[in-house]
Amino acid sequence: MTETVPAPRVPATRFAVPGRIAVSERAASVWQTATLTGIRRETPHAATFRFAVPDWAGHLPGQHLMLRLTAPDGYVAQRHYSIASAPDDSGHLELTLDHVRDGEVSGWFHTTARPGDTIELRGPLSGFFAWPGDRPALLLGAGSGVVPLMSMVRHHRTRGLGVPLRMLVSARSPGELIYAGELGAETTAVFTRSAPAGVPVGRLAAEHVAPLVAERPPGGWEAYVCGSNGFAEHASRLLVEAGQPVERIRIERFG
Amino acid sequence: MNVTRGFTGRPRVTDPGLPPGQYDARDEWPVLSAEVTPGLTPADWSFRIDGLVERPHTWDWERARALPASEYEGDIHCVTGWSKFGVRFGGVALDTFLDVARPAAAATHAVAYSHTGYSTNLPLADLTGGRAWIAWEYGGEPLAPEHGGPARLLVPHLYFWKSAKWIAGITLLDHDEPGFWEGNGYHERGNPWEEQRYSGD
Ligand SMILES: Cc1cc2nc3c(=O)[nH]c(=O)nc-3n(C[C@H](O)[C@H](O)[C@H](O)COP(=O)(O)OP(=O)(O)OC[C@H]3O[C@@H](n4cnc5c(N)ncnc54)[C@H](O)[C@@H]3O)c2cc1C
Repeated sequence: MTETVPAPRVPATRFAVPGRIAVSERAASVWQTATLTGIRRETPHAATFRFAVPDWAGHLPGQHLMLRLTAPDGYVAQRHYSIASAPDDSGHLELTLDHVRDGEVSGWFHTTARPGDTIELRGPLSGFFAWPGDRPALLLGAGSGVVPLMSMVRHHRTRGLGVPLRMLVSARSPGELIYAGELGAETTAVFTRSAPAGVPVGRLAAEHVAPLVAERPPGGWEAYVCGSNGFAEHASRLLVEAGQPVERIRIERFG
Repeated sequence: MNVTRGFTGRPRVTDPGLPPGQYDARDEWPVLSAEVTPGLTPADWSFRIDGLVERPHTWDWERARALPASEYEGDIHCVTGWSKFGVRFGGVALDTFLDVARPAAAATHAVAYSHTGYSTNLPLADLTGGRAWIAWEYGGEPLAPEHGGPARLLVPHLYFWKSAKWIAGITLLDHDEPGFWEGNGYHERGNPWEEQRYSGD
């Protein structure tokens, strides 16, 4: 079984989805203080937290950051959160947090935090799920998985970008749909437990995904999938079955 | 120290097995791959070692499974913060594969790559000496597809993104070359005990 011809170093397999942008090492490694400036309720279980971060290096839609809270004895809890706001030069950014039952970090935000409080964060992190606004974007999210996708939608709007952008979001009910008042014609919502009159209740399915994939805009869709692992597996399978190339599917799993 | 007003946090557990900043995920095993889980069967699977080796070699499923079995029982640590204690993986020690391929003296680093095209870089020293495996069993059962089945690389002393799922091969090099996450801002080595999460840590 000894081979004589040296094989190419590059795997002879379909290549992994390349990162979209380079990530600043400095921004990713330095903890910065952020001051909470406002809290906006989105749904009974989710709220948006706005922070002043004067030294923020800027981000692209889809990126996330790491946040930490410190107790008086030095104990630290750190979690990842997607950035909800579009990039701008306001010196502020927004996160949208689900209130997880007994959640250590989301619990503090939903029960204790108030404007003026300071926390620490580092980022932006990961260039993989970033969308610079260049390619047609097909966005699939569930629950708080809509957060990084909303940053893309907002970016698309505020910059008046011409590339096609479509979003499919899955929520339990209309009341649980984060950013409901902000969603426009680019978005189709799917409800899994209860829906408005005339809208069927059910899971995200081929009938939602296939027609969008079939639109195939020039250059092809870059698909972004975000949510729980269960949703990510389900939604990415629907995309593949509808003909979306696997190397044009980016997945962010919230664990 | 920048204390967060009103934050007390969970009751403290001082567990010497827990690297800094990690928590015990207990029964959970979160999935964090960035790509679509491939529909890879054992018949589609193969594993190759090449680059700076005397004898580049490819194993198919049958030939890999015929090698002497080896187990890892211990802990694993993910960069997102969870650790799992006392997990049991079954497979073959990577040393067994490397003994066949015979690394050249100039080989110092490796790129491990997956059937999906995912890749990750490691110093060769982290892959030898009984510290790395090709694993196809978890807890005595076949490794589930979303956890890298039919077979994944297992390098449990480093953060788990180094343990490439759906492992397809390892290429030995005389220099370090960033893999997928390393090119996306993650640390080149990823030692959980030194909390090497991001590049620059
Ligand atoms: C890339 C990324 C982006 C994310 N973006 C968002 C977002 O935009 N919005 C959002 O709401 N969420 C997001 N999340 C999820 C978020 O990071 C937290 O998991 C979530 O807020 C719950 O944290 P918590 O501290 O409130 O809950 P906890 O219950 O304290 O922790 C959440 C989970 O982590 C485990 N855990 C953590 N610490 C411990 C501990 N000490 N002991 C036991 N178990 C523990 C548990 O399994 C638990 O289910 C994102 C996650 C990732 C990976």
